[in-house]
Amino acid sequence: MPAPDIRQQLAQAATDRRRPDGTAYHSLSSVAVQQLARGMDCSHRWVEQTALAMEIIPERYSRNMSTFSAEDQHRLLNCTACIVGVGGLGGSVAEMLARIGVGCLRLVDGDHFEDSNLNRQRFADAASLDQPKVQVARKRIAAINPATEVIALSERLTGDNGSAIIGDADIAIDCLDTLQARLYLQTACRGKNIPMISAAVAGVSGQITVFYPEDEGLTTLYGDLASATDRGAETTLGNLTFAVNLLASLECSEAVKILLGRKTTLRGRLLIFDLTDLAFDIVQLAE
Amino acid sequence: MSLHITLKLFATLRPYAPEQADRYAIDPGTTVADVVRELNIPAKDAKLIFINNIRKEHDTLLQDGDRLGIFPPVGGG
Repeated sequence: MPAPDIRQQLAQAATDRRRPDGTAYHSLSSVAVQQLARGMDCSHRWVEQTALAMEIIPERYSRNMSTFSAEDQHRLLNCTACIVGVGGLGGSVAEMLARIGVGCLRLVDGDHFEDSNLNRQRFADAASLDQPKVQVARKRIAAINPATEVIALSERLTGDNGSAIIGDADIAIDCLDTLQARLYLQTACRGKNIPMISAAVAGVSGQITVFYPEDEGLTTLYGDLASATDRGAETTLGNLTFAVNLLASLECSEAVKILLGRKTTLRGRLLIFDLTDLAFDIVQLAE
Repeated sequence: MSLHITLKLFATLRPYAPEQADRYAIDPGTTVADVVRELNIPAKDAKLIFINNIRKEHDTLLQDGDRLGIFPPVGGG
């Protein structure tokens, strides 16, 4: 006997629920997603996308509504983000994008976790020390959202592997810690014609902006790149967890807006902050 | 006649802030580079200059009432 149609199974598995404001919606529990994926031998992502196309909201995304529509949520599940650097910024960005429901994450980092990462890096804990960062991240993300596919690339971005690392990503998120690596990423993004979100932190200060391939790019932040130093004020001030996570949140917010085609982003503008005196500024990068 | 600007120094540049950073006196004709020199800020650390929230170059002339921000290169992740 042929398996019953997935749509019929989804309609049966869906329940009627209400949002905290009273709005009614059709909901699909994570257990139901898992059972359907197993029963049909297909991915969680496919089950969730099929449900969303029927206006059935996987319950794990219910609190993304109504900031996101079912169509937005479906679109995010189609997207791939390349997160380059899976340390302080990258670990938190990866977790947030998985929770929000981005369908595929390409995680790039050649390092292993070490003691000095424990003050801020999302996936660093006692058990993960000496383990490859991207492998630890892959396991944690699979446990958080099985619908998010993770491609773990345990390697360093260089001048030669940028195109292969970016793959078919729709966007790249700079979570790196050297200017040289950022330059490689910018070159790779230009080659692939995709936007790049760039952030950097030092102590309790940070900066974030968005570059498109045709923009002036990193020189607007670091000046003449030939004379720029590879690292910055963080060598003196360190990296504090709340500054790192604030920036990671901003990177995710910008990434989601870009993936959903929303207009107002930090393109052409730089947000900088210093939490010492709560100074937040948005600087126009070109007149 | 002396003009006044507001100075905002970020991150590692904070210790270079003068006492009256919110009413810093300058002479007419003073550029950003002059202020950077006066405050002994290493030129390599004064990479990102903004005046009234618009990025500017070191040779920009300062006007009365300008808000000058200087941000050092930051690169941590």
